[in-house]
Amino acid sequence: MKVKQLSIFLENRKGRMKNALDVLETGGINIRALSIADTSDFGILRLIVPEPDRAKKLLEENNFIVKLGEVIAVRMPDHPGGLGEILGILDGQNINLDYLYAFVEQKNEMAIVLLHPENIDSGIKALLDGGAEIITSNEIYGL
Amino acid sequence: MIWNKQVECMSDDERKKLQLEKLQAIVKYAYENVPYYRKRLDEIPIKPEDIKTLKDIEKLPFTTKDDLRDAYPFEMFAVPKKEIVEVHTSSGTTGKPTVSGYTRGDLEIWSEVMARGLTMAGVDDEDIIQNTHGYGLFTGGFGVHYGAQKIGATVIPISTGQTKRQIEIMQDFGTTVMIFTPSYGLYLAEEIKAEGLNTEDMDFKAIGFGAEMWTEEMRKEIEKRFNAPAYNIYGLTEIMGPGVGLECSAQDGLHIFEDHFYPEIIDPETFETLEDGEKGELVLTTLTREGTPLLRFRTKDVTKLTRDTCECGRTLVKMERVKGRTDDMMKIRGVSVFPSQIEKALLRIDGVEPHYQIIVTRPHLMDEMEVRVEASEDLFSDEIKELVGIRQKIEQYIHNEIGLRVKVTLVEPKTIPRSEGKAVRVIDKRTL
Repeated sequence: MKVKQLSIFLENRKGRMKNALDVLETGGINIRALSIADTSDFGILRLIVPEPDRAKKLLEENNFIVKLGEVIAVRMPDHPGGLGEILGILDGQNINLDYLYAFVEQKNEMAIVLLHPENIDSGIKALLDGGAEIITSNEIYGL
Repeated sequence: MIWNKQVECMSDDERKKLQLEKLQAIVKYAYENVPYYRKRLDEIPIKPEDIKTLKDIEKLPFTTKDDLRDAYPFEMFAVPKKEIVEVHTSSGTTGKPTVSGYTRGDLEIWSEVMARGLTMAGVDDEDIIQNTHGYGLFTGGFGVHYGAQKIGATVIPISTGQTKRQIEIMQDFGTTVMIFTPSYGLYLAEEIKAEGLNTEDMDFKAIGFGAEMWTEEMRKEIEKRFNAPAYNIYGLTEIMGPGVGLECSAQDGLHIFEDHFYPEIIDPETFETLEDGEKGELVLTTLTREGTPLLRFRTKDVTKLTRDTCECGRTLVKMERVKGRTDDMMKIRGVSVFPSQIEKALLRIDGVEPHYQIIVTRPHLMDEMEVRVEASEDLFSDEIKELVGIRQKIEQYIHNEIGLRVKVTLVEPKTIPRSEGKAVRVIDKRTL
């Protein structure tokens, strides 16, 4: 039910993000989803990749600081209001989100949102109870 | 005007004679009254009677800041505690502070040398001196205060800060002399301008400044902003406080009051005494201090001495303004900071790597300090708010340690250059 996510510390400096992505490219690791959070002097690059453990090792060998965490992936219909429905479920259960990011999956005309609630297990429970479609790591890696 | 013509314009022979008498007396006094000096001199061994010429001072051991720290708090006192009427301490930035004890006689000397120095800047009993140096354990405030009172000028003991009040008072009271650190002076000038006031309408006669490193450009800027000449003040708590040396109207080096402070320049590596005109570390011996006499105190300040009759008429030796240190101490906005303090603050935070770099700049006439810290796996969090929190925590710890606000930047691991041997911890981009 949970999808592993890599978080990478990046200095807000020219070329740093590309360096991280180059490491993954060399390792033949394809990125499924990506988001970046930034402040004036540093940022956090968040990635969903197949083989997250291998990706972490590769990045660390190249002096990046990497944390392996977990997020929830939810499939939703790709139409206006789709994300609102999902957030409504969490809101109804008083569950706070730290952050989220989303991408569109063209094959099935669906969208996928990756959610990081304060408490991941209560998030999953609320979403399941609310009828949301949570998808597995393998489904994401296969997209 | 010369406050004490007799000593400030001595001939070479008179000076040497006076200094030798005082040197012999102070060595004897320190030997007999400070167990630390008795031990050090006996170790060599040397007796006070062995000081037969001024050159013989080179036989005496050096006193360092560490020695004074070991003597904390009162072991360097040469008199019973009841005869000490005032104490001051260094900021204690690198451990225990060093304590300087003053007898009534010492305060009289301090007043005398500061009176001479302020007189060099043209101050007289008609003047109103706004003293923005801090009053407290720091010697800056009191030194200026005593000297100004000795002259008979009016002192406004306003201390640092409260800038709006400073401006109001300088207008209402008709301040004629300002005492500040160069960076506070420039800040004050900005604020005066921001309030729509013009310093040219005020009637400043002189500025006295010190306690931090500065450039000729900064002096010119201050002189322009306040429309008055600015004079450098030098001193250090261990020796007395401000008043060891001050600048005269020539504005070309500071006259050291040699009847109270005996200066030498040494090579900090070989400890050899250097000739006049050669650059090295300033070493000072107090010739008349009763409370805490010091023999050959290593100041760590780099300068050189020149001896000529000055255009102001004084024959006192001149030291060049201090442009460097033999240790890694930095002066940031007038505050002494050692890299080791930053390290100490960082080590108190779990997950912070001991790799850091200090970058000092002066973007708008004020010193700014950035501390670049390498992030680590332990420190890193997936959440921005936690990382920002960690950064603020580091800033807070450094603030607690050095008393200054700094900007902390988290950088990626292994991005701070490692070097063989001594790491380059400080990049000082100010032109000093």
